[in-house]
Order: sequence, then C-alpha cells, then structure tokens
Amino acid sequence: MSERISRDDVAHVARLARLSLDEAELDTFTAQLGAILDHAADVEALDLADVAPTSHPFDLVNVLRADAAGPTLAPAEALAAAPSAEDDRFRVPTILGEAP
Amino acid sequence: MSAAEIAAAVRAGERSAVEVAEEHLARIAEREGAVHAFNEVTAEAARRAAAEIDRRVAAGDDVGPLAGVPVAIKDNLCTKGVATTCSSRILEGWVPPYDATVVQRLAAAGAVAVGKTNLDEFAMGSSTENSAFGATRNPVDLDRVPGGSSGGSAAAVAAGFAPLALGSDTGGSIRQPAAFCGVVGVKPTYGLVSRYGLIAFASSLDQVGPFARTVADAALLLEVTAGHDPADATSIPQAAPSIAAHLDDGVSGLRVGVVRELMGEGIDPAIAARVREAAEALAAAGASVEEVSVPAVTYGLSAYYLIAPAEASSNLARFDGVRYGLRVDAPTTNEMMVATRTAGFGAEVKRRIMLGTYALSAGYYDAFYGKAQKVRTLICRDFAAAYERVDVLLSPTTPTTAFEVGAIADPLTMYLNDICTIPTNLAGDAAMSVPFGTDATGLPVGVQVLAPALGEVAMFRAAAVLEAAAPSTAEEDA
Repeated sequence: MSERISRDDVAHVARLARLSLDEAELDTFTAQLGAILDHAADVEALDLADVAPTSHPFDLVNVLRADAAGPTLAPAEALAAAPSAEDDRFRVPTILGEAP
Repeated sequence: MSAAEIAAAVRAGERSAVEVAEEHLARIAEREGAVHAFNEVTAEAARRAAAEIDRRVAAGDDVGPLAGVPVAIKDNLCTKGVATTCSSRILEGWVPPYDATVVQRLAAAGAVAVGKTNLDEFAMGSSTENSAFGATRNPVDLDRVPGGSSGGSAAAVAAGFAPLALGSDTGGSIRQPAAFCGVVGVKPTYGLVSRYGLIAFASSLDQVGPFARTVADAALLLEVTAGHDPADATSIPQAAPSIAAHLDDGVSGLRVGVVRELMGEGIDPAIAARVREAAEALAAAGASVEEVSVPAVTYGLSAYYLIAPAEASSNLARFDGVRYGLRVDAPTTNEMMVATRTAGFGAEVKRRIMLGTYALSAGYYDAFYGKAQKVRTLICRDFAAAYERVDVLLSPTTPTTAFEVGAIADPLTMYLNDICTIPTNLAGDAAMSVPFGTDATGLPVGVQVLAPALGEVAMFRAAAVLEAAAPSTAEEDA
C-alpha cells in the first residue's frame, strides 16, 4: 500500500474540507488517494526547475466594466432557496457558542 | 430529421414546432425508462414553448436559427424555474432564480428545451454512474455506460430524444460520452462559450459545448451559444468565428498531425486502427498527414488530477447549507456544515474535494499543485510547437469503447478513460469527437480532432470530411 498519504493526513484533510468520515471510509479513501498520488508522482521524472506555472489558459489580468448599476436579484429571490432566512438575511445556527 | 432540417421546416411553416416536440416527447416516453437520460423531462414547458414558436411563425416573426428544435440541457446549467441538481443530493430540488447565458441564447434562437440531463455528480466521472439519481445507460447497448460526465446529454441525442444537447467538458466530459454513444461532441476553445450559470467544477478547465448527431448540427448549436458574454469575465471579448459557412470547404492543403503519444500504450488497437483510417481519409481528401510528437501529453492525467480537484475543493466550498440546497440541522454552524456536506456529497465528490484540499494544503502546495501547474505549462508549449507544424491534430477520443455498467470500480482506472481528452482542457484549446465506425463488437469509435485556441473552423472542416468518410455500419456487416 502507498505511504504517500497517511490515515491521519486524510482525517486532517477531511476536517479542513468540512467532511466527516467513519473508520471504514478513512481506510478506503487513504488507499485510493494514495494510489492517485502515486500515479501523479510520474511528473517527478521531469525537470521543472525553470518552468513557470500556468494557472489559466489566458494571461488574464483584470476584466473591468463600467461602474454602472444593472439589474440584480431582489432580496426575496436571492433568499427563496435558503434553508432558513430572517429579516432579508440568511439565518444560521450558533457560530461562536453564544446562546441561540 | 437533423436540427438544421427541423429549423428550416418550422421557419418555413412546413412543420409545426408542437408536432416536432410531441414526436420527441413520444420517443422519450417510449425509451426513457430504459435509458434514464434525464433528471427531469419538462414536457409541459416544451409544449408551451413550441406553441409560442408556432404562433410567432404564423405572425411572420423571425424565430431564430433553432426554430422549434428540441434541446436537452445538462443538469449543471442553471434554468430559471426548473430544478438544477448537478445530480447531487446537496442540490436536490434547488430551483435557480436565473438562466445560464447559454440557456438564454437557446431560447432566443427558438430552441425548445425538453429536459435536464443526468450527469456524474458535479460532472466528476466518466460513466454517469456517479449520479445520486441512478445511472444512465448507453442507448447503443443498454448493458454499457454512456460515458460521462455528460452521459445523459450524449444518450439523449443518441436515443433520438433530442437532435441537440448541451454538455460541459472539464477533462473530456463531452467528447468521451459522444464517442461512447456514437454522436458528435465538441469542447470549444476555453472562453468561446460563456460559463455564466454553469455550476463550476474546475473554473480554468470547464467549457460548455454541443452534442449533435451531425457535424453541421454541432456547428449550428456552437454558433448559437458562442460569443462574448460580459457576465463571464473569462469569455473571449471578440465575435465568435462563423463555422457553418466553411463546413463544405474540404481539407485540401490542411496540415494534419497524428499524435504519436496517444496511439500506443493503453489504447485499444482497434481504435488506433480507426484513427489511422481517419488520417488516410483526410489524406485522400487532399490534406497532408504526418505523425507529430506532443511529449508532455503523457503527463496530462497527473497534472489534471491535482489541478481539477484543487479548483473543485475551492468551488464546492459554497455548498455549506447556508444559501441554497440541503441543510442538515446541527447545534452550531460548523457542525451543520459538516453534517450537510457529509450527507449531501457522494463518494467521488468527497474524494476529489479531499485530494484538492490536500494538494493545496500547507507543506504540499509546491510538491503537488505547484508542480502540476508547471506541467500544464509544458503541455501548452508542446501543443503550441505541434501547431507550428500542423493545423489540426488527430487522436483517439477514448482508449476503449463503452464498457459495461459496474465494470470499473477503482477510481484511478476510471480516470484513465480521459487520457486522450484531458490535455486539451489544460491547454485551453479546442477539440471534438466524431463517430468513425465501430469496433469488432459493433460499439461506436470516436476520432478526436484537436485544434489550437480559436481553431474551430479548421477543426470542423476536418470533422465534416471524416463524417462523410466514416465507415458505415452497413459496410461493417457486409
């Protein structure tokens, strides 16, 4: 089995990504992610020292438009699909531990 | 009837759009149970839209180049008032408050939307088996997958549910299912078609494109949807090229290169043989054909499976139970987000989110994401060098023909389906799959025509010649 990524690494990454994994899932994902990273290691054969990275097909800098008001969604439309809303805002459970 | 023929007949008042819609809805009613191309068939809305087209034709209006043509729309494109799910539990039942730009353009061109097609969840997959709402089957052989992720759109066109469909292609998600189902599928140049309203998977790779049964119909749909959109900052700010006008130009003098690295290891010899036949057909039509090396394409899969998940892990952070979609209640917001995402995402989506989060995390960024971006540069350079020598490239679309449902369980093995298609997305170039005969068992083979950015005209000229030269099933049987 690959040692490229550990079970603890996978558990850590799941926490960062706001996902909860049970023990069996941790085992499965550790093996699968290890296999994918092993395959990706074939690029280690390349000399990339003097190669610049490409993040996007175009050399985009800024795309600007005129600072003019245009049509937008009304608050009711924007909130229509929200699981919970109140006073024109999205409502969420407790954030910092204060009483709800 | 082709889309072009339907539009011409409807515009001339020779056929009613309602009759065309009913014909296609009847075909859907007959076979959709077996194929499962759609997440939702919008039959009533299609009837209403078709009736409106007929009313406008009668009133003497110009109803547009897709007058009365039924179109199926991949369910990761926002449709105002019609549920858009990405085939995910996390968006089940979500009804967008706006239309994607391409959906608006379809309606403005007189097209009639017939439904939202199934996909691998969030477009992550190569078989349309990773849908929260069940797998789509290949209409050519119901025991086989239609490919993916736009498998529903490919199947809808192959089954005659609609002559046209829209898909999205991040690493091959239009071209691979087109090849598996025996239809034409186009991944346009990055930025040629607006992504506004396409639910993002990997923003530097995603591109919306057409499925059709003929090359001319694919050109028609691409022309209707292409062109600058101020709502998409990555949309190319210039007029889209006119493709249809050049479809009959032939390939005399066109320089064609067969990609050496995509013709050997890992490719079904029967498919490589079809690509060589396709090259001969182009040569017979007056093109000059040579073998061309694009060495870095062999590293495409490795770069892609770090870059695409990295972008996906960021894009899919928005699904957190706050603004839309599923919410699983919990005492705190953090616990609510974890519970919602854990219940809402399927295994493949979780795998890619974790892979991307890992590739971007402290200590690993340079080793994985940074290195993948450098490999991307090499791929761009090698394609650019190849396009100094030739106008278009030729390769297989897929390493195999359509495989059986359930045959591939290992994620990495599934990813290998896209080795021929991924490099184009990394480079931001154009490519399309054209049906070109079958393998020994009668399954469709797709030949891929690749072109540099904004090289669609030359690409379609080659595709049109290949379509005319394609070995027919009848010849196979003879």
